[in-house]
Amino acid sequence: MPADRQLPWPLRKARVHEVFGPGARAFAAVFSAAARGDVLWLRESWHGEMINPGGLCRFLDVSRLLMGQVPTQADGLAVMEEALRDGVIPAVVLELTRPLDPKQGRRLQLAAKTGETTGLCLIPEGMGSNAAETRWHVAPFFDPQADSTPMRWEITKNKQGTLGVWNVRWDDQTHRLHVVPPAGD
Amino acid sequence: MTRRIVCMWFPRLATDRVLRARPVLGPFALTERHSNTDRIHCLNVQGEAEGLHRGMSLADARAFCPDLLSAPARPDHDARFLRILGRWATRYCPWVGPEGPDGLVLDVTGSTHLWGGESALLQDMHMRAERAGLTLCVGLAGTRGAAWALAHHAQGIADPGEEQAALAGLPIAALRLEAQTVVRLQRMGLRTIGDLAGTARAPLARRFGQGLLLRLDQAMGQQPEAISPEADAPHYAVRLSFPDPIGLSGDVMVGTERLLAALCEKLKAREAGARVLSLTLRRVDQGSQQVELRLAAAMRDPARILPLFERGVGDVDAGFGIDQMRLEASVVEDLPVQQVGAVRKADPDRLSDLITRIGTRIGLENVQRFLPADSHIPERSFLISPAAFATPGGSWSVMRPRPLSLFPPEPIAATGPRPPARFRWRRMSLSTGRATGPERITPEWWLDDPNWRAGMRDYWIVETREGRRLWLYHTPQNPGWFVQGEFA
Repeated sequence: MPADRQLPWPLRKARVHEVFGPGARAFAAVFSAAARGDVLWLRESWHGEMINPGGLCRFLDVSRLLMGQVPTQADGLAVMEEALRDGVIPAVVLELTRPLDPKQGRRLQLAAKTGETTGLCLIPEGMGSNAAETRWHVAPFFDPQADSTPMRWEITKNKQGTLGVWNVRWDDQTHRLHVVPPAGD
Repeated sequence: MTRRIVCMWFPRLATDRVLRARPVLGPFALTERHSNTDRIHCLNVQGEAEGLHRGMSLADARAFCPDLLSAPARPDHDARFLRILGRWATRYCPWVGPEGPDGLVLDVTGSTHLWGGESALLQDMHMRAERAGLTLCVGLAGTRGAAWALAHHAQGIADPGEEQAALAGLPIAALRLEAQTVVRLQRMGLRTIGDLAGTARAPLARRFGQGLLLRLDQAMGQQPEAISPEADAPHYAVRLSFPDPIGLSGDVMVGTERLLAALCEKLKAREAGARVLSLTLRRVDQGSQQVELRLAAAMRDPARILPLFERGVGDVDAGFGIDQMRLEASVVEDLPVQQVGAVRKADPDRLSDLITRIGTRIGLENVQRFLPADSHIPERSFLISPAAFATPGGSWSVMRPRPLSLFPPEPIAATGPRPPARFRWRRMSLSTGRATGPERITPEWWLDDPNWRAGMRDYWIVETREGRRLWLYHTPQNPGWFVQGEFA
């Protein structure tokens, strides 16, 4: 797959996207940082794992972040739809644990279109929805030379474009995303 | 028209209030704690008949009367009960004020004939108080002082202009004097009000000050004394009754709209905003259903509040129909009128509306914000607080890199103070590519945290060759290795 294409970033507006893989949360953090305004991050309240604002402040101003603890995935979807449709919060992130049926995915897309907001679903591997605009696989990789934190972003589904793989690096100082040329392997 | 004042005294207001809800046959007392001793605050009739009195210590009272039942006094509830009684007493006249902690004073000038004369008025008061289970003493006179004296010491009516004759035989204490003054007057041989009124005024004033003579003159009507009723606390509740029961949620919403308009008008007049609204729907079968709406910010705009009720009203079971609706703002906050600016900023109202809507679904306390906290312990370096009650702010300054996700420590098999070259975590075999550390964090000794019983921790950032970047720690005092977080 050619790796020299332009990275389709930021994510297309008024759409809902999907991401999976071990670096999905970092992808969501970069996505939140790109949004202008508040970010709503929804997750089910039974998760033992929590988001650490100390780590998140590398990416964005944590005071922009609203966390929603939802009891079930159905509530999470309802809240996400409500927030997407309202349009006052430009970016909504939802952590999913079960696959969406086509109707649910479509409803999210319609809500995002109405509110002109962007949504991102963090999905378990292999549980993507057909309605998603793009689907990304994100994994961190080890760079033996430099002391940096590179990630490998692969787009595995794209409704309006081609697929591709990019190596990216987040710059803490400038709060910008840099595409790095692939290592010679 | 000559002034006529009624003084109502409830001598056992506190116990009567408690016993109305839970009657007791034997002696009963309410106790209050004064300087490490429980003392009797109020007694019922049976308790007084046993020879107990107010101010007695509870231990002594138990010795006199082993079957005494007691409960702690609640002066705040008593005060509220007295306010309710004051509201009830406006049935006799519009001018009702409080008289001490256990009495009311009513200006019944010109309204006694509505009750068939003065004695009929007092009889009606006695009858109703008895029916409500309250002990009542009443005095009616031309002045507030004389009415008080009669209520507390004689009961009855002093005819217009006859105050002096009616009070002559009453003890000095009926003049609302301090206990010390009463004792000193009694030592001088002045026991009744008649004695006092017959004494030369100048020596009395020199000895006891103007206060004594003022009280005497007030009782006799030579000095004016005003009755000042407290303004009622604003009451933010409205209701609506229907001639025929309704059941469609659209109809209920229209009813709610009408109630909201009236309620918001009230809120606007006082520059207040509702924070919690509760809508009570009473059904034909006497059942009632409640819809509670907690708002993310104080609000008084009916058009904005109404859509927020939709979800709650949709869940209501109307049964055979709803015939009464009541809307109450149970928590009210100040909401001053804001200046209208020329420049429109980002709309904070829309965000709080959205938070409210989300809150009606998942609970307002589940929409949260992170606030920075002052601690080196990773789990305690931030606070989570409901977004509706937190203002975003504070600076997030992080000295050392911190992981993006934190989880409860997961043990891995490794030994030694350096991170292992190879280890297994979550059924993955990982090998260390680069390890940065250690960063030593010691437990906060002033807080006993069971997770930190193993002592201090040496944290390492481990970049594995497989890609994952993990936050490992070693507990040197209690050797072991754990994974606690993952970096981006």
